[in-house]
Amino acid sequence: MNVKQKTVDAELAREFGLFGEEYAQVLEIMGRIPSLTELGVFSVMWSEHCSYKSSRKWLRTLPTTAPWVIHGPGENAGVVDIGQGLAAIFKMESHNHPSFIEPYQGAATGVGGILRDVFTMGARPVANLNALRFGSPENPRTRQIVDGVVRGIGGYGNCVGVPTVGGEVNFHSAYDGNPLVNAMTVGVARQDRIFLSAAAGIGNPVVYVGSKTGRDGIHGATMSSAEFDENALAKRPTVQVGDPFIEKLLIEACLELMATDAVVAIQDMGAAGLTSSSVEMAGKGGVGIELDLDAVPQREPDMTAYEMMLSESQERMLIVLRPECTEQARAIFEKWELDFAVIGHLTDTGRIVVRHKGNVEADILLAPLADQAPVYDRPVASLPFPEPTGPIHDPVGLEQAVIKLVSCPDLASRAWIWNQYDSTVGGQTVRRPGGADAAIVRVEDTSIGLALTTDCTPRYCQANPRAGAAQAVAEAWRNITATGATPLAVTDNLNFANPEKPEIMAQLVAAIEGMGEACRALDFPVVSGNVSLYNETRNPDGTTRAILPTPAIGGLGVLTDVEKHVGMAMPESGTLLLLGETKGQLGQSLWLREILGRETGDAPDVDLSAERRNGDFVRKQIALGAIAACHDVSDGGILIAVAEMVMAGGIGCELEPPQSGMRPEAYWFGEDQGRYLIAVAGDGQELMREAAECGVASRLLARIGGAGLTLPSGATISISRLRVASEAFFPAMMSV
Amino acid sequence: MKAGIVVFPGTNRERDMAIALRSVSGHAPKMLWHRDVTLPDLDLIVLPGGFSYGDYLRCGAMAAHSPIMREIKKFVKRGGYVLGVCNGFQILTETQILPGALLRNAGLRFLSQDCFLRVENERTPFTAGWRKGGVFRAPLAHGDGNYVADDATLGKLEAEGRVVFRYSASSGEVSPGDRDTNPNGSMDAIAGIVSSDGRVCGMMPHPEDLVDPLMGGADGRPLFESLVEAFVR
Repeated sequence: MNVKQKTVDAELAREFGLFGEEYAQVLEIMGRIPSLTELGVFSVMWSEHCSYKSSRKWLRTLPTTAPWVIHGPGENAGVVDIGQGLAAIFKMESHNHPSFIEPYQGAATGVGGILRDVFTMGARPVANLNALRFGSPENPRTRQIVDGVVRGIGGYGNCVGVPTVGGEVNFHSAYDGNPLVNAMTVGVARQDRIFLSAAAGIGNPVVYVGSKTGRDGIHGATMSSAEFDENALAKRPTVQVGDPFIEKLLIEACLELMATDAVVAIQDMGAAGLTSSSVEMAGKGGVGIELDLDAVPQREPDMTAYEMMLSESQERMLIVLRPECTEQARAIFEKWELDFAVIGHLTDTGRIVVRHKGNVEADILLAPLADQAPVYDRPVASLPFPEPTGPIHDPVGLEQAVIKLVSCPDLASRAWIWNQYDSTVGGQTVRRPGGADAAIVRVEDTSIGLALTTDCTPRYCQANPRAGAAQAVAEAWRNITATGATPLAVTDNLNFANPEKPEIMAQLVAAIEGMGEACRALDFPVVSGNVSLYNETRNPDGTTRAILPTPAIGGLGVLTDVEKHVGMAMPESGTLLLLGETKGQLGQSLWLREILGRETGDAPDVDLSAERRNGDFVRKQIALGAIAACHDVSDGGILIAVAEMVMAGGIGCELEPPQSGMRPEAYWFGEDQGRYLIAVAGDGQELMREAAECGVASRLLARIGGAGLTLPSGATISISRLRVASEAFFPAMMSV
Repeated sequence: MKAGIVVFPGTNRERDMAIALRSVSGHAPKMLWHRDVTLPDLDLIVLPGGFSYGDYLRCGAMAAHSPIMREIKKFVKRGGYVLGVCNGFQILTETQILPGALLRNAGLRFLSQDCFLRVENERTPFTAGWRKGGVFRAPLAHGDGNYVADDATLGKLEAEGRVVFRYSASSGEVSPGDRDTNPNGSMDAIAGIVSSDGRVCGMMPHPEDLVDPLMGGADGRPLFESLVEAFVR
């Protein structure tokens, strides 16, 4: 967009994404017509991406505190106490729109951005995870996007040397024109060395470090706050380009600087770059800031103030230093061969003043820019009732259903993806992808383990956003519990369609309510997060296609003694027990979708008190050493969970007959929540007695051993047949 | 054993290597910076994994011209011991301290998975902890690990027993054409080689990431134990 000649008026404001009364409000705050740069600052700060204007009212209802929460939402990432004076710092963030337009760079810079949110607080990043949703595997564009996104995540994460240890992938045609790439980073810092973004100290220097500023990503935050149309690919110039090598240097240089006492405040230049970092740092600190853009390291000649303030060039940080430490800091960045420039200082004016080539290009009072940012109470429709599940019949039997399900896109082995991500760098990865329900990473030089997972079942959220979002929280909690770890907190990434539509707003509101309910019941507060709206595609005929509501949950738990964890691989002998109640709910199950071809019914019930009771029991038994392996029952139900344990361990089992009075397919493939499979030594009777005493339903499920998965009928599915079926999907899709 | 680990901009497995060396030898290694022009008194220098200088131009190509590599060449001439793993192996071939080259993986994708290695020559300071034909597991994580060399070089390496590790099945069977057991497509399934005096070793997989049963096994320990043994003798 050639904006140099444009006149600032309501029309240009609309082009910049300022709608309705918003431009009038800008005029009122400014008391005059803003300059182009000023309009740019308002438009990005008031974009959905930066201001959360549609969701803020509802986000406030989420529980965010607990005795172990050190910093909740509002900082660059959430911070929780993990013991021994250490803190885990973590957050998940989306890069959905860029990943459709330019999959490799979109995904890569998503990883880069979330890493910076974490190390800017003083943490060394120790693990990456990613939650991905792609379109239908039959859509030829899907393969291209999968390829680019996976290469991008690997290309960035592998180079910066942070292991990628977990995540999840779903396929659904609702994501055809709008994939979701949600990246999560977890870091570890000393509790007494956590760095915040609030600027302080009038006169203190404001320092720019990292890569030079170019013309890339201008208005990226605005782009990600609008729906896509058929011209989406024309927005490629708004996608940033990442350089993981520079990021690696930036991590090392920042951590080296943070080991000194030089830093007053620090923030990465993420969405809306120099604008958001300077406005937020000064705003939070209640001070003013003056920037001299002539001092900004520039990659291209003749950049305007507007371009520099809105550029989203990657791998840049803004730091407020103690003045006496400036030269010490400069030496560190010179050692790492990164740009270092004093580009301004803090003032007592409460204003942001931007100078360039002798002119004042922007002069805005900060308080109203933040306080008077629009907040919308958008209309909320009532939610439709879920479609009835409809009649159930089993046309194929257990054996065929197992093979079909383990090979379907949502359940097939993800090894094709994992094997492109370095999961061991750092030497602390205790459980790699597929080894346990949550990835486990030891904190270097301690006995502490972190259990990490991402979870969401979008088809549940589509049928019932409230139950679906509660389920996502419960599943994250359960996956952490299944390793023996204590769940501490979550980060969320709320991916929804256009909030201006009351029916979409209804999904968002119900999902936040469901999440809040589950987080409260499970003492699992939300400490950081991100909202990504307008995830829908406009078809050439004017109709739109919304994504499934996808409130992705990133969960973090802690093991005080990392040795005391369990994985999901079937042990060599013993008994397999099922914990938790089975009702045989087939609504929205994968069996229903894959075998009967229907996406009907309600999401399964989420009974949070049973969830808590069952999970607390499992965790206690793992700590006592009574459980050899544990796997939660989720997508595909009991029989798929058993098959996954068999494939992971290379050890078979013989199944007992199903619960009487229930259709076999409902028992084996129903997706009732709050259930675990546990492998124990011996006949399991003692553990079942203890479960009964704690009010936890239990049931003998299988005797462990044998050459495969032996069904109650006596038929055996060999381990190699299961594995071949499970491993076929990705290579077949990607090699077409 | 006095060991030093070289850190280039972009190196990322120096911590893994330091943990492995410390856990086996009991001594923390010294960290060496790529701009250093003098070396401390050392028995062993390790070039660890990572993306030195971003792997721009070609993996290891820029590191090969860094100030410290001039010193390391002299160190090698004096008979010093050097271990290069992954990016370190690439740097050793780029400096021509070791022969051959490492091309893009045959499948053209980054690979991160466990592989099995067969010990081809147990009479080196890097492999003495194994017996000939022994098989061990090691994680690999690289985009460019496809070892190539001309026929004359390959013939010489084989004749002199300088191929020390080959990718194999867990049974020890070597099938260079099988991408399941020779994942990056290396010629003759070569995973690691030594210099003619046996004092410089380059290998692609990461024994340093498997020295603790908690992390899934201790298969990599014999390499570090061999080195410790070599320097107490």
